[in-house]
Amino acid sequence: MNRRELIASVAALSAVTLAAPAFAQDEPLKVGFIYVGPVGDGGWTYQHDLGRQAVEAEFGDRVETTFIESVPEGADAERAITQLALAGNTLIFTTSFGFMDATINVAQKFPDVKFEHATGYKRADNVATYDARFYEGRAVMGTIAGRMTESNKIGYIGSFPIPEVIQGINSSYIHAKKVNPDVEMRVVWAYSWFDPAKEADAAAALLAEGVDVILQHTDSTAPMAKLQEAGAIGFGQASDMANFAPSPRVSSIIDNWAPYYIERVGAVLDGTWESKATWAGIAEGEVEIGEITEAVPAEVKEEALALKDAIASGEYHPFTGPLNKADGTAWLAEGETASDEDLSGMNFFVEGITAQIPQ
Amino acid sequence: MIRLVPRTETAPVWQVATPILAVLATMIAGGLLFAVMGYDPLAAIRTIFWDPLFGQAAAYSRPQLLVKAGPLILIASGLAVGFRAGIWNIGAEGQYIIGGLCGAGVALAAYPGEHWWLFPAMIAAGAAGGWAWGMIPALLRNSFGASEILVSLMLVYVAERCAAWMAFGPMKNPEGFGFPGSRNLQQYPSAANPELIAGTGAHWGVFAAALAVLATWVLMSRHIRGLHIRAAGLAPRAARFAGVRPEALVAFCLGLSGALAGMAGLFEVAGPAGQITDSFGSGYGFTAIIVAFLGRLNPFGILLAGLLLALTYIGGELAQLTMQLPAATVQVFQGMLLFFLLGFDLLTRFRVERRITA
Amino acid sequence: MIDLTTLIPALLIAATPILYAALGELVVERAGVLNLGVEGMMIVGALAGFAAAVATGSPAMGFVAAAAAGAAVSMVFALLTQFLLANQVASGLALTLFGLGLAALFGKSYEGVKAPAMMAGPMGLNWMVWIGFVAVAAIWFFLNRTRPGLILRGVGENHDAAHGLGHPVRRVRIAAIAFGGAMAGIGGAFISIAIVLQWTEGMTAGAGWIALAIVVFSNWTAPGVLAGAWLFGGVTALQLRLQAAGVAVPVQLLSMAPYLATIIVLTLISARQKFSRRAGLGAPGSLGQNFHALR
Repeated sequence: MNRRELIASVAALSAVTLAAPAFAQDEPLKVGFIYVGPVGDGGWTYQHDLGRQAVEAEFGDRVETTFIESVPEGADAERAITQLALAGNTLIFTTSFGFMDATINVAQKFPDVKFEHATGYKRADNVATYDARFYEGRAVMGTIAGRMTESNKIGYIGSFPIPEVIQGINSSYIHAKKVNPDVEMRVVWAYSWFDPAKEADAAAALLAEGVDVILQHTDSTAPMAKLQEAGAIGFGQASDMANFAPSPRVSSIIDNWAPYYIERVGAVLDGTWESKATWAGIAEGEVEIGEITEAVPAEVKEEALALKDAIASGEYHPFTGPLNKADGTAWLAEGETASDEDLSGMNFFVEGITAQIPQ
Repeated sequence: MIRLVPRTETAPVWQVATPILAVLATMIAGGLLFAVMGYDPLAAIRTIFWDPLFGQAAAYSRPQLLVKAGPLILIASGLAVGFRAGIWNIGAEGQYIIGGLCGAGVALAAYPGEHWWLFPAMIAAGAAGGWAWGMIPALLRNSFGASEILVSLMLVYVAERCAAWMAFGPMKNPEGFGFPGSRNLQQYPSAANPELIAGTGAHWGVFAAALAVLATWVLMSRHIRGLHIRAAGLAPRAARFAGVRPEALVAFCLGLSGALAGMAGLFEVAGPAGQITDSFGSGYGFTAIIVAFLGRLNPFGILLAGLLLALTYIGGELAQLTMQLPAATVQVFQGMLLFFLLGFDLLTRFRVERRITA
Repeated sequence: MIDLTTLIPALLIAATPILYAALGELVVERAGVLNLGVEGMMIVGALAGFAAAVATGSPAMGFVAAAAAGAAVSMVFALLTQFLLANQVASGLALTLFGLGLAALFGKSYEGVKAPAMMAGPMGLNWMVWIGFVAVAAIWFFLNRTRPGLILRGVGENHDAAHGLGHPVRRVRIAAIAFGGAMAGIGGAFISIAIVLQWTEGMTAGAGWIALAIVVFSNWTAPGVLAGAWLFGGVTALQLRLQAAGVAVPVQLLSMAPYLATIIVLTLISARQKFSRRAGLGAPGSLGQNFHALR
């Protein structure tokens, strides 16, 4: 028995005696995951699977994890989630927005099974939701982008015009503008989370507009390859994309689900799990900033890291007034910060972005 | 030297034997694949073919077979009628999508009113939408001689983009926080297509599929139109002399298969899928083509083929779940099954003769 | 507003994968075979090409391997349709399913690996872009000016007549299918080696289906395929360019346009053929039908 197992078994023993006597400890806790893409997508699903692996590493024999990959949203999702519940999984993570209604439906049939739905807004007694404050990371990227651009034009490859992406665009723009008042933001919608050829085209389109720093909100490395050719820079998305470091990838925004998954599995193990909405960011380690490479000057790197620390400590909110909406109406007054309700339904650009959100 | 001689009559023995042979061959080849991948081949094959029917959770997965097979059978029985006549509608996916959009459109227009007539109206709209989408290639073929294979395929792409447009635009759920996708029809009682008998998985679409099997069987074997269809498929020129109007046949076959595919789309959007999203088309229309051929274009064969394909889908999910078999392995396995079924099909249509050449 | 000097290279690159795949399918269809497995062959080529490029450090070797792999996997389709006389539509769909699964299965170990950089050709464009133009001309020349090309077209137009004239229908078709597979493989590899520089599951993202549309749009001619690839690639590049320039565009409606254009072109061509009875235009006469020699 190695040290981790020893600690784990002691913890388990105390959990049994103190908190959850009903829980049979010789049976490991079965945890299921439903993925929308293949684990090899190198982006969204890949990162969720790293989180699953972290759970296994953390709890060892006390958990048994299972996943079903490439599950289409809709009818197939409901069946796959049900199969996981029937197979004895008592905690199930459904990791795509499109699984929302399916998760709620299955949860009604299995009141004793606990569900965790990523990025959705519907909850129940046995359904919790979780999401990451990606906009916090985008603020750091925006700062670097604003400092690094020579043409004063930065580009953003959006996937779909949904609140999460709009938050990211606004946050990057606000912080780029803060360090570089002349900056302009160009936005291109790819209408896909993952379409390498189209993402490459999108990057080329932005480059042709004179953009020299690109932020992407799509998962493939195709834009990186384009940036490399053009000598422009960009940021890794979802995963680190370290293959393209030190340039064109000068930093990255990484989805790290491991802390949350470990916390929630731990909560079920010690009987303290309850349904809640979690929206964690840099402070909780859920949004990580990948290494800022030597392509970025030291003072810019320092500035970016200082912003990251300010966000992490809670002393600064990326959406702090005064801020107006793109149509000129007032949004946040001086010193006011955006509420989570405002952010979760965000459907407008902030003042200064001239692009339109497709309706 | 081996040569193939066409059978004058289809051999009943081979009709039954070839699917069994094909499944056995797939089990052997698939078993080898699983073994090479480091999985227990026997366990994998049992998980895919046996467990959904008789395994631990079979009480759940058996009804799911009907949910998965329902749309496949409904679409395939329509397609098979056309295929028998030599009319190749390969755009059922598009007709399925448009049927779903039209049906959902009716429901969303009536939201939130509860009306007894709403669901029947949705079925009519779904069928009409699919019919109309199927009539485009029919009209272009009849008026201009454009290939219905290609036109119907092109219209799939157009339909897919229509679905995306609707999901992001006109049909977007106003209470959905800006996320793409329509309201969920499962939560709209008048429009929902629920499980009718608890624990069976059977929703209206499953009954419609059963009905379609019976109706197409009656059509093909008892009705004069079925005779025309078969005649046109076997000997187009002779059929024309016998008074079969090819234009009418094209319109009938494409309209029928379009309407059935459209209904399948409606039943899906109001039931299992629940809403219009940008990825509403889920490949049922294409898979149904394979089902139609596996079923030898025979209504009852299609019934079995639809169930067999549904079995591999659900068994494949189970294999992922219980054995951690990657989704890709299951896909390769399904591909093999189709190859073997298509290949062995030869034996029903041809005799293999061995001849010694000098 | 839109700078043509940057739009054109972007368009050429976007058009290249679908150009190769569509040229291959053009020859296949001209021989009277409809292979709906393009997407499956492309993704197999994308993986094989990537693997070979990484292993040898040479993108050129990658394209060679992609062609070989695409041709190899197309032989499953050839076996089914040419020897076992299975339905072409169903066999092609099965090939797509099989290819996607196969590539995903063997691609696991290549995830996260980066491809060697590509040697740029004239005007900073990849050599394969230029070779694509040569292929258009070569295929046009082959189909219209050579005897084997004539035989291939004859086989596609009327296989019974071609057989009667003593042409080896089956062998011609198998060769065409292999060529189609090789070209689809190269098209797929262009995505993995030259555009994305990485392997990811499902990376062809429907390009194979677009290639099928282009063949129809082209009216089964090589120059038409080139125009079609530019149109289909161009619409994507152009709508993204308009967005980048800050113009609001109805993306879904715009991306529908090339398909509607294809239907219109097909209808016009068919109508001209029907009403003026001009031969040699439009879809090959035996497209999608299996051939079985009785004698």
